[in-house]
Amino acid sequence: MKKMGIIATKGTLDMAYPPLILASTAAALGWDVQVFCTFYGLELLRKNMDGIRVSPLANPAMPMPVPMPVFVQALPGMEAMATMMMKQKIKSKGVASLQELRDMCIEADVKFVACQMTVDLFEFDKNEFIGGVDYVGAASFMEFAGEADVCLFI
Amino acid sequence: MNFDKELDTRGMNCPLPILKTKKALADMTAGQILKVISTDAGSVKDMQAFANQTGNPLMSSSEEKGEYIFMMQKK
Repeated sequence: MKKMGIIATKGTLDMAYPPLILASTAAALGWDVQVFCTFYGLELLRKNMDGIRVSPLANPAMPMPVPMPVFVQALPGMEAMATMMMKQKIKSKGVASLQELRDMCIEADVKFVACQMTVDLFEFDKNEFIGGVDYVGAASFMEFAGEADVCLFI
Repeated sequence: MNFDKELDTRGMNCPLPILKTKKALADMTAGQILKVISTDAGSVKDMQAFANQTGNPLMSSSEEKGEYIFMMQKK
């Protein structure tokens, strides 16, 4: 059986997709998959993923309906608006929601592990995260990654 | 071509057609044929890749009026 290890480090709406898409697909192909969630990648483990947002700031490749100067992107409410618009696009194009993809990962036995150090660093409450997650350090992930055929840092 | 089960993934985008195909095959018995309908242009290459990696033979792959039709046999 092939193995893939993913290090998920980002917690924005756009960057939460790649790890979940690749993990769910690899699992569907029969791969053994582990996702190590560290720093903002811990957002992938929140019971409620509705709060995951995207910012147009420092994200110049993000398609906008009209050209928008950076100082406008920084105005209050712009992040909420960009998030709402991207979610509408996701829905209208038949792209799965983050929640849906994560459910499929779990159903297909993708193993999610969380970085204990990040949880301590940001004083996160483990009750906000889904169950079935192991809280580990880098050495535990390396044990899996060392045997993996593919390892991705996202 | 006859089939035992049909899966409609019209309107769904990557990777949903593949994930739903995997699920549909799980409920079938060896030798049965699954018909998958997709509107995702990427699914043409992806279904072949899925077949290659999982060993479920892709019996046919065709296009009809912007829809892609796949016949996959459960191994």
